[in-house]
Amino acid sequence: METINYQNFRIEAENICVDYNGKVALYDANLRLQPGQICGLVGMNGAGKTTFFNALTGFVNISKGKIRINGESVRSAQKDQTIAYVPQNEGIDSQFPISVWDVVMMGRYGSMNIFRCPRESDVQAVKDAIERVDLTDHLSTPIGNLSGGQRKRTFLARAIAQRASILLLDEPFSGVDIRTEKLISELFIQFKNEGKTILLSTHDMIHVREFCDLVLLINKTVVAYGETSEVFTPENITTTFGGISPDFLFGPES
Amino acid sequence: MELCSFLTLDSFITDPLTHDFMRKALLMSSFVAAVCGFLSSYLTLKGWALMGDAVSHSVMPGVVVAYALGLPFSLGAFIFGVGSVALIGFIKQKSRVKEDTVIGLVFTGFFALGIVLVSKIKSNIDLHSILFGSPLGISLSDVKQTIFISLLVVILLSIFRKDLMLYCFDPRHAKTVGINVFFLHYLLLTCLSLAAVVGLQSVGIILVVAMLITPGATAYLLTDKFDNMTVISVLSAIISSLIGIYVSFWFDLETGGSIVLAQTFIFLFAFLFAPRYGIFKLKKLFAGYK
Repeated sequence: METINYQNFRIEAENICVDYNGKVALYDANLRLQPGQICGLVGMNGAGKTTFFNALTGFVNISKGKIRINGESVRSAQKDQTIAYVPQNEGIDSQFPISVWDVVMMGRYGSMNIFRCPRESDVQAVKDAIERVDLTDHLSTPIGNLSGGQRKRTFLARAIAQRASILLLDEPFSGVDIRTEKLISELFIQFKNEGKTILLSTHDMIHVREFCDLVLLINKTVVAYGETSEVFTPENITTTFGGISPDFLFGPES
Repeated sequence: MELCSFLTLDSFITDPLTHDFMRKALLMSSFVAAVCGFLSSYLTLKGWALMGDAVSHSVMPGVVVAYALGLPFSLGAFIFGVGSVALIGFIKQKSRVKEDTVIGLVFTGFFALGIVLVSKIKSNIDLHSILFGSPLGISLSDVKQTIFISLLVVILLSIFRKDLMLYCFDPRHAKTVGINVFFLHYLLLTCLSLAAVVGLQSVGIILVVAMLITPGATAYLLTDKFDNMTVISVLSAIISSLIGIYVSFWFDLETGGSIVLAQTFIFLFAFLFAPRYGIFKLKKLFAGYK
């Protein structure tokens, strides 16, 4: 076990609780992530994955506990554009009259003036981000005309354009084509090398084994947390999913 | 009015302009339409049609009380408009009743209060003109007030138009990058209340929600770009207001109803023939002839 340097944590969540009008969604949850780590967030529907994300972005307030982002409050992380959130495809209105360019430009809004007039540097950041997700041919395409995979890449580009050091991804692999999946996994390696920290929720156990250094299993609270090879055991998964055998979840492969 | 007098298009348009009340009505209604049309893009994308209905009905007691106290009626309407939204939020948070039920419950309550107040106060309030609008009978001071409020809302929406678009599209991202979502929420509500206030002069309380949603819905069928949507929405709102007022002048029809009907016809036209999203997809029809 290496010595813990508290300055070095990108994300530090200590005993956080979130409740909605008295209904507890998450309690006593802890998480510590360092630069360059990729962590999988695994749990059933309603286990508190989205709530965890919402707490980290400041979209909901925590009722107990403490969150530090790069050693600072969530509020200053927002001001510093530290966290980027990549939503689930189902979480956005795909019929909204907006183009790929406009969505990616939204990644720059937080660092623009009040009228949100793009500077030369913003335009360049957006161009670069769109190129990295291979959507340069679709700059002015309305998002309603994109495939699920292209739409996912658009929102990834928005996170890249934002130049965030922490990426939260809600089901990044659901409903995407093989090409997008390959591109996302290549980007993950690049992000890791750039020292970005990634927290992703997923239903797909194979993706956890493939990409995640760490895994956080939750069911309203933390069931298990640690290195994927140690923590991602059939027993822990069974507990996380309320007693359903992992054979049933994986198929009888391993 | 003789029917043959508008056989030429020229006199159809210019004759009414010789009347002072018509010039005032056309001017005021154009401003109202521009404001409501602008806001309409946001409300339709945000899914706030019911909220628009609620706010516009809830301003009723505010209008009556302001009249009775001799205050500018826009002030009373604004207080009750914002108040109704606050009350909806409060009841929703503190009870298990679903949001659409709470909205329906609050705005009908306010509206009923307004009607009861009118019957009790018995001043010179013309219930008919509040309910159905009377752009042809508007006073000069009301025109000035309307233009002032309209400009205020247009300026606010123009300054924050990109933030409001982001707020409607992805509030979570807005929050994550440090944009004040709380402020934007109440800014949109404030603009909605103000637009309802000016809109009710044109078409009355009952139909003002049409001014707030129909132009946006029409534009939504015609474009995939947000900026174009705003422009189309404003233009269709202004055009239908002008059509409505002229038609009501020549055929002696209820003005508010005529304006809203004109909007509805423009929507139906878009619904049937919009190039991409219309039922008949005009683009394809033309392509067939090539």
